[in-house]
Amino acid sequence: MNATVLSRRALLAASRGLLIGFSTEHPWIGTAQAAGSPDLPPPPPDELDSFIAVQKDGAVIAFFGKVDPGQGVDVPIGQIVAEELDVPYDHVQVVMGDTFRTVNQGGASGSTGIERGGISLRYAAAEARRVLIDRASIRLGMPAGELGTAHGAVFVLADPSRRIFYGDLTANGAFDTKLQWNGKIGNELVSRGQAQPKSPSEYKIVGRSIPRSDIRANAFAQQHYVTDIRLPDMLHARVLRPPVAGAVPLSVDDSGLATIPEARLVRLEGPGGGTVVAVVAPREWNAIRAMGAVKISWSQPAPTFPPQAQLYDHIRTAPVVTRQEPVKRGDVTSAFGTAARIISAEYEWPFQSHASMAGGCAVVDVRPGSATVYSGTQKPHFQRDGLARLLDLPSEDVRVIWTRGPGCYGRNDAGDVAMEAALLSRATGRPVRLQYMRDQGIAWDPKGPASIHRCRGGLNAQGEVTAYSFESKGFSRLNVNSAESDPRDTLPGQLLGMGQRPTQAFGYPGETYAFPAMLLAWETIPPLQQNASPLRTTHLRDPVGPQINFASESFIDELAAAAGKDPIEFRLRHVQNPRGVGVIRAAAEKYGWQSRPAATARGTGDVLTGRGVAYAERAHTFVAAVVEVEIDRRTGMVHPKRWVVAHDCGLIVNPAGLQRTIEGNILHASSRALLEEVAFDPHKVTSVDWVTYPILEIAQAPEHIDVVAINRPDQPPAGAGEASSRPVAAAIANAIFDATGVRLRRAPFTPARVRGALA
Amino acid sequence: MPQTVPLRVDGASHTLQVDDPDTPLLYALRDELGLNNPRFGCGLGQCGACTVLLDGRPVRSCVVPLSAVHGEVTTLAGLGTPEHPHPLQTAFADEQATLCGYCLNGWIMTAAALVREQPHATEAQIRDGLADVKCRCGAHLSIIRAIARVTAA
Repeated sequence: MNATVLSRRALLAASRGLLIGFSTEHPWIGTAQAAGSPDLPPPPPDELDSFIAVQKDGAVIAFFGKVDPGQGVDVPIGQIVAEELDVPYDHVQVVMGDTFRTVNQGGASGSTGIERGGISLRYAAAEARRVLIDRASIRLGMPAGELGTAHGAVFVLADPSRRIFYGDLTANGAFDTKLQWNGKIGNELVSRGQAQPKSPSEYKIVGRSIPRSDIRANAFAQQHYVTDIRLPDMLHARVLRPPVAGAVPLSVDDSGLATIPEARLVRLEGPGGGTVVAVVAPREWNAIRAMGAVKISWSQPAPTFPPQAQLYDHIRTAPVVTRQEPVKRGDVTSAFGTAARIISAEYEWPFQSHASMAGGCAVVDVRPGSATVYSGTQKPHFQRDGLARLLDLPSEDVRVIWTRGPGCYGRNDAGDVAMEAALLSRATGRPVRLQYMRDQGIAWDPKGPASIHRCRGGLNAQGEVTAYSFESKGFSRLNVNSAESDPRDTLPGQLLGMGQRPTQAFGYPGETYAFPAMLLAWETIPPLQQNASPLRTTHLRDPVGPQINFASESFIDELAAAAGKDPIEFRLRHVQNPRGVGVIRAAAEKYGWQSRPAATARGTGDVLTGRGVAYAERAHTFVAAVVEVEIDRRTGMVHPKRWVVAHDCGLIVNPAGLQRTIEGNILHASSRALLEEVAFDPHKVTSVDWVTYPILEIAQAPEHIDVVAINRPDQPPAGAGEASSRPVAAAIANAIFDATGVRLRRAPFTPARVRGALA
Repeated sequence: MPQTVPLRVDGASHTLQVDDPDTPLLYALRDELGLNNPRFGCGLGQCGACTVLLDGRPVRSCVVPLSAVHGEVTTLAGLGTPEHPHPLQTAFADEQATLCGYCLNGWIMTAAALVREQPHATEAQIRDGLADVKCRCGAHLSIIRAIARVTAA
């Protein structure tokens, strides 16, 4: 193919590359971005140009259809691309989650950034290298087999001084080469060319601890967030939420705005009769002041929530909407009938909030026929589809530009705020920056579901598990969908009366214990309030994983204790997967675990020490966590002092990045296990700030986390963003039992609860 | 009625036109001066993301009214530059401290006062001195390591 003859599609793709430079400056900050730019269509997944561009100066741009929630996933993706292309890592820039420049690879989703998102980038980079060698072969008059690549150039193997730089082989950065696309979008999307990627034994860049550049930029005040986007003529907006769940505004008095310069009220009226009241002003502080100056008379609906103290009784007695039994093995009923002993226990987990570092923020410019959206969402392409539905625009005329926001570990309020900002921009005819206030970001964000978990185990005379059942009952983890592709999945859509579209989903333990007879089941119950509930439930980091594992791995410990066995030996007797066995053994060895049953070496002082283990499998990742915990009997304070985390996620692309990702998981999950519980009364959520929704403080951080990262180059890289969150609560609970002989079956393990349990 | 307020920030003098003299310092810095590193986290003085130094002492700019600011304000941009970095800036970059990074401003600005007053602070003193700064991603250990790079130096 003549590289200088380009299709229109390739020219457009090339211009996608030229839109950005290598400066850390974001070109859109403080400048007008042409809304829509309809001549730049969403990139097609079957074009190499949709994934890789090589510019004249040799700079490589990788277009990645996922985003970085906070662990720096762009670095390993850049490493994979640099590896396959044989260019230095620092020649590669990764563009993430801009719907005009990247294909829909699903956004942040299930820790699949590398596991799924890396696949097409790896194939595309390998294919790009193949095309570059082919072009050099024509130019040099040499067979491709006699050419090699290194440092961004194709060279003659027999005479390395004869070489052509990549930038001289691509006209305007484009390849104009087709890929084979599997026809899917989202996580399942795979596009590949003819080239075979490298074998892991050849890796020189993959496997290295290359640092993130954005942290350095941030330390020098040069890293921009979605909150920093300012467009010409932009209005700041704030919304007013109902004082109690389900209330609607009856009358609105905006006379108080007269004294606030240029502040005005905006009423959004929905098709179903719903209303959202907002205020806008050119100055942010005036918009915030205006919130307090508007007087609204609200309806007084009957309370829809039970008293919080009755939450778990409510779950126990609530009707079942859906029951599934995803795992049934053997004859469970008769296995329990012949068991020598039967142990049973029930565990409880509360509603939890994303409570992101700041409330959601989006900057949206809606024009006639198009919209440009700066959003910290985890799923920009699906959000684009939702905005297109909301605004009645074709999807290709809505551009969502993912821009880093406060850490986003699931379907947080970033999905709500973009929708609301879009409606306010359309209503005012101006770009709008909307940011939720602290109370809105905790009381009104979507929640992780509360649940109970019923466990039963039958032991034979040798203390082996012969019968096992695990049944969860709780609110659906998809009362609102996590994808934001429909306004009904968002708070403003529901407040405006657009309806809901809940689905029923929960989960079950993923650990492959080889119990001869077992049943794993889940049941969902109706939401406490159908529409626009501040307790609507959705995906929060490792959706329903921590609560299920808290129960299942606490219960394994209960079975081990009943059998009089050491908790690690007991697990090893029943775990099937050799990689699972590998992480459990590795964690025990690093910790210096001495064999004994739990709670058989209890101290007597005011401060007790215990050790606990928990094991987790999540998708293709295996984790064993061992923790040493101190419990102060007087205060009820639980302090996990030292962690050992053995982690096997296949091939490790960036060891230092993995280490910090695991540390973040352990601490975030410790916060959830020790402190986090959304408080509510019958009318409303009463967790509104960091006093009423406490999270982990630096004083409570462990002294040390030993990560034993098991690298398996023979296995594809799997996810690490969530798996090590999973075993944290059970490991701590098991350590508390070891220290005190008291079993905590309700999370979180707050000082008051621990004091009460020890009393 | 717009009012004129003088403000010294990062070594430069500004005269701001504000509608409300009690505008919190945070919004003056961000929206009038384009200094984005003090970040809105809570607006309640609970998280520290908005921290700046006022005459060298860390304050939560979201709850400090402009009318009460009479000294020299230092933001992260004024703490150091890539050419003349504050040691904490280098340490956070080298240690790769924080994850999403939204809270980074609060940690560095609070720690800047800590390491000036306690240049050889122990880990316990670091934890003590940084109580009440929030990080939602659980990056606390990397933050402690970064600050310890400076206090151990």
